[in-house]
Amino acid sequence: MNPRSRTADVLSRVFTGGTGTVYALLLIIFTVIFFVNASFLEPPSLMAFLKNAAPLVLLAIGQYFVIASGELDLSVGSLVGAQVVIAARLIDGEESRTVPVLLLMLAFGVLVGLVNGLVTTLLKVQSLITTLGMMLVLFGAVRFWTGGAPTGALSDAFRQPGRGGIDMPVVRQLPWALLILIGFVVLAIVLMRSSFGKTLIATGDNDRAASFSGVRVWQVRTTAFVLSSVMATFAAILIGGFAGVTAQVGQGLEFSAITAVVLGGVVLGGGRGTVIGAMGGALALQALFTLFNQLALPSTLRPSVQGVIIIAAVAYAAREHARPRPAKPPPKAEQSPRTTAITN
Amino acid sequence: MRSTPRMMLAALAAAGLVLAGCTTDEPEDATAPDDAEDVDESDDTEDEEPADDEEAPSDEWFVQADYERELAQRDIEPEGSADQPWLQALEPAMVDTGEFALDTEGNTLCFSNASISNPWRVTGWITMQQQVEVYQASGEIGEFRVSDAADDDNQQISDIQAFVDDGDCDAIIISPSTTSTLTPAVQAACESGVPVIVFDRGVETDCMVTFIHPIGGYAFGADAAEFLVDNLEPGSTVLALRILPGVDVLEHRWAAAQQIFGDSELEILGDEFTGGDGAEIKTIVTQYLQRGAVDGIWMDAGAGAVAAVEAYEDTGNDYPVMTGEDELSFLRKWQETGMTAIAPVYSNFQWRTPIEAAVRIWNGEEVPSEWVLPQNPITEADRDEFLEGNADMPDLHYAKFGGEDLPGFPDVWQDR
Repeated sequence: MNPRSRTADVLSRVFTGGTGTVYALLLIIFTVIFFVNASFLEPPSLMAFLKNAAPLVLLAIGQYFVIASGELDLSVGSLVGAQVVIAARLIDGEESRTVPVLLLMLAFGVLVGLVNGLVTTLLKVQSLITTLGMMLVLFGAVRFWTGGAPTGALSDAFRQPGRGGIDMPVVRQLPWALLILIGFVVLAIVLMRSSFGKTLIATGDNDRAASFSGVRVWQVRTTAFVLSSVMATFAAILIGGFAGVTAQVGQGLEFSAITAVVLGGVVLGGGRGTVIGAMGGALALQALFTLFNQLALPSTLRPSVQGVIIIAAVAYAAREHARPRPAKPPPKAEQSPRTTAITN
Repeated sequence: MRSTPRMMLAALAAAGLVLAGCTTDEPEDATAPDDAEDVDESDDTEDEEPADDEEAPSDEWFVQADYERELAQRDIEPEGSADQPWLQALEPAMVDTGEFALDTEGNTLCFSNASISNPWRVTGWITMQQQVEVYQASGEIGEFRVSDAADDDNQQISDIQAFVDDGDCDAIIISPSTTSTLTPAVQAACESGVPVIVFDRGVETDCMVTFIHPIGGYAFGADAAEFLVDNLEPGSTVLALRILPGVDVLEHRWAAAQQIFGDSELEILGDEFTGGDGAEIKTIVTQYLQRGAVDGIWMDAGAGAVAAVEAYEDTGNDYPVMTGEDELSFLRKWQETGMTAIAPVYSNFQWRTPIEAAVRIWNGEEVPSEWVLPQNPITEADRDEFLEGNADMPDLHYAKFGGEDLPGFPDVWQDR
């Protein structure tokens, strides 16, 4: 490849609304933050930023699996809230209960994912409805169980992953959250390069074609939901560790996660986008929140600015995707059987 | 063809996002913040548009007369025994209740609750139930009927209507979810002829027999702000952390603080909305600390105060001059770290008072028409005393819950 086409290749990656674009966006946001407050790029501040961003990146990874498979998971915010509240109530400040409760949380996460996945795939309830229902079920159940507001306390050991780290020079503290994050990032990339990753994308792109070629669509999608719930569980461990238990924990995170994934160039409806893009989306979103703080933008205006940026980013990506591509397989999961029959 | 539904989905998601941004800020959580409200005549401020609250001067929420009255009330010696602050009253104007006197025992008491959606309300609700138990044992109260509106105005209006329609209630206690919306429902309850008792947040009518509340939000905000002014050098920096805009409950606290900060030489770095979320609080404080020194923190409610303190610890900064609330997690952190702090109080023991009021009314005894309860902040001087008294209580418990002499103490508050 000659240098010129290479440059063109890089440029096209940056401007086509895919993975490259989000990292370009991230770079722009970081540059602006740097001009507003140069101290942000000092190592301790960057560590604090990454520690902060870690839960959202985990949620974005989980949400990516579900979205890439052609579904949507709205239950993760409620699940994070439920997991933190469950942990606080069951641990109740006792160090010795930390590990058993962590295992229980993991089991609960898997269970929620299984229910989401099986109801969506076997009972054929749209995932939007399934997970919306799950969101409400979890929210209500936790309120009922705790009598309206969280009780109990997290142990110090439980709080370590989200709050602590290894003290060292230069960065002041290497957060555990960052190490955990790196671990999951590597796992996610490996998983997406494995045969599972390929069937996941194939399922999201065209589930009929995938099933004709031997993919068990229901298994793939259920696995995606379980992965999402498990990632939400780890996010809950980090968030609970970071700031302890409050009644509002987890609220609205499902939308932050979906935004992150969409910003990362992953297309709702499935089949397109990379997990690296989703992670970049999470980092860009978190950086955007940081920028708002650094600019001292009025809190009340922030949702509007956030909304405009997201619509702009998605519209930009959609514009690119709207261009005709050669040899495109038309049918979509949501279409009625009749339409599908005709197009096929 | 294919990209069209995708674009729509994407746009939908984006729209959802904006909504999400809003929903997390919806007044629904307004009640979640904790506490309650001071209300009273100041409620006419409610009619004004709360839409552009951030930039709007907080005068919209500021009524000079109420502010001055509340600040003055802090220095008034309440009438009644100091051992029973829930029976004390500031400058009570007693009203005759002879028309409601009942000879019967085992009367039916009805309670329309706004919600139990935050730890402050949960704590108070437990205390109230234990107080009812006392009077059930002694025979005054028979049935205690309760409806919980889960922060939904419409639900609460129909809850109150149901009490009126049943006709079984010998008295109706109402803890309103919002001020102006609930006013007609409270009026309807009054017109049914049974005694009505309103507590915590107010309504825009005086038809009820008694309106029970602590001094109020201006006093709360002023306690915290004055402490910062007194304990920080001129020119020091203060960050204000607030839960939500546009809720009178919380706006009064901030309005009072702005008055006091305005007359001081403190530099207010900003006022940030946190939604009461610990993670958000910690993130915001961390980022302010990255920009420069923050010498003091003012909060409109103590939930999450510990997260703010942790931000200083985790970034290796010295503790700020801190204001919180009488929530135990904060009091414990304060004792543990020895920082300079104050815990303003929105008296949780007020949940006992409506029950006492109902029994008095049935006995034909006088009650104050506006029953203003004392509201004293916890300072370093009496902090340890409150921590000792609540040693076995959970973190999200409120120190001034005032239920130490009730049956079930301490177990029912511990196993919530």
